[in-house]
Amino acid sequence: MRGEQASSWPSHLLARLKGNLPNQVYFALVIALLIAPWLINALDQSFYLDLLTRALIIAIAVASLNLIIGFGGMVSLGHAAFLGIGAYCVGIPTYYEQFNGFVHLGLAVLCSALFALLTGLICLRTKAVYFIMITLAFAQMLYFTLVSLDEYGADDGLVIYQRSEFPGIFDIENPTTLYYAVLLFLLGCLYLTHRMMHARFGRVLQGCKHNEQRMQALGFLTYKYKLIAYVIAGTMAGVAGFFLGNFTNFISPEMMDWTHSAELIFMLVIGGTGILFGPVVGAVLFLLLEEWLSGFSVYWHLILGLMLIALVVFGKGGVHGLLSLGSNRGSQQNTTT
Amino acid sequence: MACLALAAIEAANKIPPLSMASILQTHDLHKSFGALVATDSVSLTVQTGEVHAIVGPNGAGKTTLLSLLSGSLKPDSGRIEFNGKDVTRTPAHKRVRLGLARSFQITSLILPMTVLENVMLAVQGTTGHSLKFWSPVSKEKDTQTQAMHFLQAVKLQDKSQHLADALSHGEQRQLEIAIALALKPKLLLLDEPMAGMSKEETRKMIDLLRDLKGDITILLVEHDMDAVFALADRTSVLVEGGLIATGTTEEIRSNTEVQQAYLGEA
Ligand SMILES: Nc1ncnc2c1ncn2[C@@H]1O[C@H](COP(=O)(O)OP(=O)(O)OP(=O)(O)O)[C@@H](O)[C@H]1O
Ligand SMILES: [Mg+2]
Repeated sequence: MRGEQASSWPSHLLARLKGNLPNQVYFALVIALLIAPWLINALDQSFYLDLLTRALIIAIAVASLNLIIGFGGMVSLGHAAFLGIGAYCVGIPTYYEQFNGFVHLGLAVLCSALFALLTGLICLRTKAVYFIMITLAFAQMLYFTLVSLDEYGADDGLVIYQRSEFPGIFDIENPTTLYYAVLLFLLGCLYLTHRMMHARFGRVLQGCKHNEQRMQALGFLTYKYKLIAYVIAGTMAGVAGFFLGNFTNFISPEMMDWTHSAELIFMLVIGGTGILFGPVVGAVLFLLLEEWLSGFSVYWHLILGLMLIALVVFGKGGVHGLLSLGSNRGSQQNTTT
Repeated sequence: MACLALAAIEAANKIPPLSMASILQTHDLHKSFGALVATDSVSLTVQTGEVHAIVGPNGAGKTTLLSLLSGSLKPDSGRIEFNGKDVTRTPAHKRVRLGLARSFQITSLILPMTVLENVMLAVQGTTGHSLKFWSPVSKEKDTQTQAMHFLQAVKLQDKSQHLADALSHGEQRQLEIAIALALKPKLLLLDEPMAGMSKEETRKMIDLLRDLKGDITILLVEHDMDAVFALADRTSVLVEGGLIATGTTEEIRSNTEVQQAYLGEA
């Protein structure tokens, strides 16, 4: 309705950027992420490539959380469980000397989707605080199950001596290759989310977030749509876990601790819930701040907490909210883009 | 001759004969919340094509009855027959697809979406499935055209790009009607569509509903007696969960028992 027809994609992109500060920042961020390894290698700062790789892996998990919290209105406090599942799907096969990356990735997708489906079937019968508590409970169950598995290192976890192999395709032992694989997958997830949220499915999901009773009265079985979103999100986070296991070369039950789930929510809020690029901004900012602040003061948790409170109080809608204040266009139109 | 036939048709439209097919029947419906009996052996018949009003004092159980009919509440006992089919155990979302749509006493919209998007969601539900993950709804011209058509029916077409949140109360109530119409119901359950409206807005809404008369069967819960007298073919009176009278609106108007129980009080 806003003349979206007949425009080729560069002019379409320009129209979206014009006078829209948040979109300009996101565009710059994507460009920066695309050229970062080149810059970092030139400056010989490989530490930052590691930091960014980790941030982007976490960003995938936050983006998947955005799908259920930001667009679906389901606040889960057990999302780190999916990261853990994905990582164990690398660690356990490797322990048995199965290094094939397709096996690892396939297992990560399968196991996280299955876990999402089985827990979602039960969790989604509840709402609000009960939903938060039950997602937390399932994540903790998984945590304690893995702690009890002595074969796989129990609390101590497992060291992954070798990353997943994709023979003849690429070699993620190379940090730059791993970085681009992660970035590509992240951008793919964001694009998928964008398409879904503008398609029929996403409209129904967003309707459920704002007024589930209304959606039911329209004849939608809201439970079904929420469950599908939950499974898609869980699977995305599972793949993030696959990357995380490969990246850290180490897995332990601690990865699924509920504090990590809380951190994911924290990052989502920093970037702005329901904002497509919010998770990238949130994860990158969180990890950079954590890095700098922890070198600067042992009270960095406190400082970070205060910053979050300030962000929530003063800039409604996280960094996106702040950027929108500086933009002459309202943020209304962007909440779903 | 032709004149006579026309008059007969007109009369038939105004006061449907009792022999006409019924679209909805409840048999001995019961619902309690703890010790409180909200619906007490309600046996109600709604004839195809009529506007049937339900009146009654605050807390009489009118909304509860609508919720039982729409399926958002389950009755403790009794049966609901819709269009010749027992729907007592049919879940709410399936009843909508069978042609039973409701509006809410308290406005229930997707406030952060536009007026058009609100109606499009309803249209989406009646045109194919919604498990489409890739192609944007904005490219579905047919869905849009249909939605605009329903907005025109409630005279909101000029506000289609406004956020639902930005509408006045009266307009939001109109939008609720457009959404309910978009579900292409056979029976429309309206819960106090005039609630909280100004005189002027109420008049507009009465006109709007009068336009719908004849096309759709309407079960109208309403406090505004002027609206009931203007619209309803038949009226039932609900007091403390039970029906105390059903008849043509004229009969109810002059029924002394009803006046004592309800109208006198107002
Ligand atoms: N979910 C519920 N739980 C407990 N009690 C309820 C519930 N819903 C309604 N009630 C009670 O049932 C009775 C009937 O309520 P209902 O909302 O159906 O009345 P109503 O006729 O629609 O009233 P109003 O004219 O105020 O809209 C009231 O006493 C109300 O307090
Ligand atoms: Mg009521």
